[in-house]
Amino acid sequence: MIIEHPLLGPRDAAEFVYLGDASLIARPDWENPDAGKEFFEYLYLRDNPEGMHRELWYHEQGDRSWLVVTRNTLTHEILNVELARQIALAMGR
Amino acid sequence: MFSRLPEGGLIDREHSFSFTFNNKKRIGYKGDTLASALLANNQLFIARSFKYHRPRGVFSAGSEEPNALVQLGRGSFSEPNTKTTNIELHDNLNAKSQNYKLSLQFDLLGINDKLSPFLSAGFYYKTFMWPKLFWEKLYEPIIRSSAGLGKLSGYPDPDNYDKGFLHCDILVVGGGPSGLFSALVAGRAGARVILADEDFRLGGRLNSDREEINNQSGREWTTQTIAELKSLDNVRLLPRTVVFGNYDHGIFGALEQRPDALPGINKKPKTVLWRIYSKRSIICTGATERSIGFGNNDRPGILLAGAMRTYLNRFAVKPGDQVALFTNNDSGLKTANDLADRDIAVTVIDTRPNQDQNTDNKYHDYIAGGRVADVRGKKAINSIILTDGKSIKVDSLAVAGGWNPNVHLTCHKRTKPVWNEKIQAFVPGKNLTDGMRVAGSASGLFDLSSTLLSSISTANLTLEDLGFPTSQYPNFETSAEPTDITPFWHVKEARSRSWIDLQNDVTTKDIAQAHNEGFQDVEHLKRYTTLGMATDQGRTSNVSALAIMSERTGKSISETGITIFRPPYIPIPIGALAGRSRGKHFRPTRFTPSHRWAEKQGAVFVETGNWLRAQWYPLEGETHWRQSVDREVLSTRESVGVCDVSTLGKIDCQGRDTAEFLNRVYSNPFLKLPVGKVRYGLMMREDGIVYDDGTVARLADNHYVITTTTANAVLVFRQLEFARQCLWPQLDVHLISTTDGWAQFSVAGPNSRSLLAKIVDDFDLSNQAFPFMACANLTVCGGRKARLFRISFSGELAYEIAVPSRYGNSMMKTLIKAGQEFDVVPYGTEALGVMRIEKGHFAGNELTGQTTAFNLGLEHMVSKKKDSIGNKLSERSGLNQPDGIRLVGFVPVDRNQQFNAGAHFISRGKEKKLENDEGWMTSVAHSPTMGHTIGLGFIKNGLNRFDEIVHAVDPLRGKNTDVKICSPHFYDPDGERQRG
Repeated sequence: MIIEHPLLGPRDAAEFVYLGDASLIARPDWENPDAGKEFFEYLYLRDNPEGMHRELWYHEQGDRSWLVVTRNTLTHEILNVELARQIALAMGR
Repeated sequence: MFSRLPEGGLIDREHSFSFTFNNKKRIGYKGDTLASALLANNQLFIARSFKYHRPRGVFSAGSEEPNALVQLGRGSFSEPNTKTTNIELHDNLNAKSQNYKLSLQFDLLGINDKLSPFLSAGFYYKTFMWPKLFWEKLYEPIIRSSAGLGKLSGYPDPDNYDKGFLHCDILVVGGGPSGLFSALVAGRAGARVILADEDFRLGGRLNSDREEINNQSGREWTTQTIAELKSLDNVRLLPRTVVFGNYDHGIFGALEQRPDALPGINKKPKTVLWRIYSKRSIICTGATERSIGFGNNDRPGILLAGAMRTYLNRFAVKPGDQVALFTNNDSGLKTANDLADRDIAVTVIDTRPNQDQNTDNKYHDYIAGGRVADVRGKKAINSIILTDGKSIKVDSLAVAGGWNPNVHLTCHKRTKPVWNEKIQAFVPGKNLTDGMRVAGSASGLFDLSSTLLSSISTANLTLEDLGFPTSQYPNFETSAEPTDITPFWHVKEARSRSWIDLQNDVTTKDIAQAHNEGFQDVEHLKRYTTLGMATDQGRTSNVSALAIMSERTGKSISETGITIFRPPYIPIPIGALAGRSRGKHFRPTRFTPSHRWAEKQGAVFVETGNWLRAQWYPLEGETHWRQSVDREVLSTRESVGVCDVSTLGKIDCQGRDTAEFLNRVYSNPFLKLPVGKVRYGLMMREDGIVYDDGTVARLADNHYVITTTTANAVLVFRQLEFARQCLWPQLDVHLISTTDGWAQFSVAGPNSRSLLAKIVDDFDLSNQAFPFMACANLTVCGGRKARLFRISFSGELAYEIAVPSRYGNSMMKTLIKAGQEFDVVPYGTEALGVMRIEKGHFAGNELTGQTTAFNLGLEHMVSKKKDSIGNKLSERSGLNQPDGIRLVGFVPVDRNQQFNAGAHFISRGKEKKLENDEGWMTSVAHSPTMGHTIGLGFIKNGLNRFDEIVHAVDPLRGKNTDVKICSPHFYDPDGERQRG
């Protein structure tokens, strides 16, 4: 696969390390009253969709950016690639 | 008999090669394949078939060949299952038949053919079910010894294989008429084009046929087109290169055979595995002919009609004086015409009833509506018998059952091919991905002018996509090529077995049986009968087989469908995939900065991950590793020792919010670590399992250096980058790995301070000025930049000194020289390990990915007053059971006894079974300091069981030792020595 890096252009997927669902960015607040349950759900309960999936990739053999890649898990078509840091900031983290 | 025609063909008769087949010397020419050279030598019988060991010969003229596979080369260079039809002949080539016991002519396993009523489809599944014991003792050894085709040499492969990467605008796969012209149209427009073809001669069917293009012979046109392509700098031609797979986003895998590799003579790579990145692709892979089922249609001397035409026209091989053609379509007649033009007596048996095309008596005979029922001759056919009983004497038989477009590459991304009634074949489906298009006969266009026209339009559409200019081309004038076909799959009147898959010995009866037993789905049919498996992947048989299945089920072929096409298109040797990544080059080796010095000392090295580290440094007279390790430990504890610890991960952390960041990634607090101090840090995964540990040194207000374990250096850095970018993007913190930037040495032992005092420039090492857990930037050896940390893994008064890596080797030498007066020793990883076990420090053996801070006795390090990774989920009750396992020490009750890591603990008086398992031994060493074996391990409720005696049970080694539970801190439990 080829991942269109927002800063570096098209790069081979072999340069990246895959992590998983981009929902891992939304780490719960440890002080919430229900934090134990929220952390459990955050860590263990993830979707495994057929089709569009937003997922985290790390450009380990490159500039070390974490990226959020929107990929169709059926066709491997990549619709969007964003810097994870920008998304995290936009989420108010 | 087969022979070489006195003239013609695309072979270089000035250039003859001598080669051996089954130890007999033969002669061929440059331009021959091994198959054409063998046929020209009248060698029809080449191999034995897979299951029934029937005599087989050349059937095709390409990589679809199911029969004529040979063992190529000698000794360690020997390569099994190579296709004679693909092998470019060269001088001194050596080939042998395979798949027989005793000899090719008299094969012991030929008996299988006689036993065929018992060996039909599903035989394995039914027969080897019972009795159960027979499988291992009887069935499996027999199956293994008779299975497979060729044999591996049993030696390491001495050949070299390379890998490479290519980029292009347009990849054209296939070098036949449509491929060549697509490439030319694209090349003329300025696109970067790669054209790959598996043959060593570009031209495809124009090399085999006698067609004309614009009043030129096909061959002249080919030569001219190739010459122009070669003149274009933006076009790269890759003959001998098979594109075997289509992967995501326009990436293709291709394997190039290198003609300049001479096995055993030069070290040039035998193949190059290309990864081709294309923006668009044009698939011009042509079509493969299929056979017709009739009795004994697998005999040597029966060839596909197109293949016979190739051998006749391209290789000047005459297939005898009397030849028959069995056809259901017009393309077969081209073979008949070419044969007739060379004064060979041709009898045409056309399944189509009203087709007498022998108007000018060109053919010896024309039997419209005829059918071949059987043939005579085992090792070479000598006559054919028609359904009406008529017998015709022949030297060879050509069979034309129609053409299947090579749709493989269009299907690798799961686009399904669709059935085309007119040509009675599957053609590529619509909605191909990544800008792929198909031209020529691969798209189902079988006449030359349509083929060429399609290449123009396809190339132009592709150019348009990419923004290149397009051009109009006039129509081509070609000889007329009728392509009429009537479906005809097998002769129902045949009484002998009719072979469909020649490679796997699958007959029409096997297909009928699969149908009767409920294996009607094409994927089931494949697996039940093995149809379409092995090196040819059923390229000449799949479609015929499912047509026969659809006859029985009453479904249309379209409804029946075809099995999924997956890469690779041809077998790819494992060596080609491995490339240069073999043996020591499988992955890079990392050397420590003092490696050269250690090598000179005769150090014994150990692989730890990619690193090569000194394990111990034997002295003269030391014959056992324990002697060296015990000496290194004792000398260090008595005086001073030096160890290269550069392999620990080092991460430089800077920025205003570094303290806050570290406070969130380590379980214990870091906000109040003063400048000039080091603190031990414990890192957890988010699930509350201990991940890693190391030290955090604050060198300046906003500058920290942290260390990780050697094993986790890469993973921790990755995790910290995730935390920095995804979890807390607002923190001002920057990370860089400096593991390779700094050489770091542990200087440990009571004399370490005195030794270092000789090296540092004007630096107060006294306990007041530089106490335990202090750190500083300083200079050494007269102005060299260095860092000093007063940390101890050994439990002694100890320091770690870091210098830029390029000074590492000389720093080691300097430390050893300066330490001579203290009898300094270098120590390796083994002594390092012994000392850490004596001190009760946990390491990789204890961090199993299942152990918590509680298990390790470090629960006090998990702060409940802050947010940090893993802290929340580490509170889960399941991870904090009061009787959970705890890390403790173990000593043998009888001090002379030894035990091993991996032993499990059982309370005294309890039966030695899994239910009574209370934990396990993780690390064990002989402690020269204590004089006996010591161990660390996890045992339930361990901290409350000191002095209890339990069994350390080690069934693997047949050992059972009584051990006493004790504190894990065997040596200097109060830590007075490291603070001294």
